[in-house]
Amino acid sequence: MRNLYIAALGVAAMTVTSIGTVFAAEDYGKYQVEDRRSGYTYAAKETQAIQDDNFENPAMLWVDDGSVLWEQAEGEVGKACASCHEDAADSMKMTGAEYPKHNPKLGKMQNLEQRINQCRTENMKAKPFKYESAEMLGMTTFVRHQSNGQAMSVKVDGEVAPFFKKGEAFYNQRRGQLDMSCKNCHGDNSGNMARANMLSEGQSNGFPTYRLKWQKPGSIHRRFRGCNKNIRAKPFGYGSEEYVNLELYVAWRGRGLPVETPAVRN
Amino acid sequence: MAKVKARVKVPKKVAKGEIFEVKSLISHKMESGQRKHKKTGEKIPRQIINKFVCTYNGKAVFSSDWHGAVSANPYLSFHVKAVDSGSLDLAWTDDSGAVYKKTTKITVT
Repeated sequence: MRNLYIAALGVAAMTVTSIGTVFAAEDYGKYQVEDRRSGYTYAAKETQAIQDDNFENPAMLWVDDGSVLWEQAEGEVGKACASCHEDAADSMKMTGAEYPKHNPKLGKMQNLEQRINQCRTENMKAKPFKYESAEMLGMTTFVRHQSNGQAMSVKVDGEVAPFFKKGEAFYNQRRGQLDMSCKNCHGDNSGNMARANMLSEGQSNGFPTYRLKWQKPGSIHRRFRGCNKNIRAKPFGYGSEEYVNLELYVAWRGRGLPVETPAVRN
Repeated sequence: MAKVKARVKVPKKVAKGEIFEVKSLISHKMESGQRKHKKTGEKIPRQIINKFVCTYNGKAVFSSDWHGAVSANPYLSFHVKAVDSGSLDLAWTDDSGAVYKKTTKITVT
């Protein structure tokens, strides 16, 4: 009788602990801020391991390329990025976390790619890089890598507010033959499966991201285009105003998350 | 990336007889031979790395034949036993016959 009593107690204790583990929220450390989780936490363990090791991470090859371009004088003025910005580790420390930014001269938002090309055409009198070219990816990956670990902190008030509203509207707008918005997957269903894929929150803190599917890094606009094609909508162009505004809104959604460039995802 | 670049990483110092890890990464397209040109529809010929050899002070210590289904920008790590200080020469050979080489020094104490 007494043995039985102890056994019953044991079962009760076991039940309590198992419930405890079920309800204990997983600790994602720096990859979670409030209820926002980086895409890192949705990736497979093997994929995370590639990102964690700076040597194994193949996108570091592009970072190396970018660091060479940074020092390389080009254009009629004969200047390199380093001629003005000097050490990227200092000058570009917050850049990756703060773009897209409002450009008063243009009267609209500007993302990192456009800012680099503005510098090239206006200050260096050099040819602009093409979107998704090896040079552009090298440069953006390199620049944003300098901000690694900084908290995403785009400005969304003041003169930026109308663009932020447009980005938000784009995010919530259903589109394409499947009549789906960004929010349908990444807002309402993150953590659920879409066929064989786990839907993430669609955070942009790791871009340009090395996607194993692409076998190279790609910009956030490439990802937007892929998403838009998946819902059978006509994608917008690289660097289009619609996507830059969306980029701003998505960056705000991930506020506080650390910049992870170059991230590795499936 | 048109230009192929290789990276190698070994520990700075290893004790004699110790087993150390060699990490390597090379930027290579690893064209599978399955893809077709988007506009002309012609098959893009296979262009992958098919052989990897690592020589340690002139002696081959690790080699492997590669076939299809290896990712682009392949990463490879393996272990070598430290014998003497000297150089590790890594060589990747691809279908075009081109050999990409990278050498690194190792100090054995």
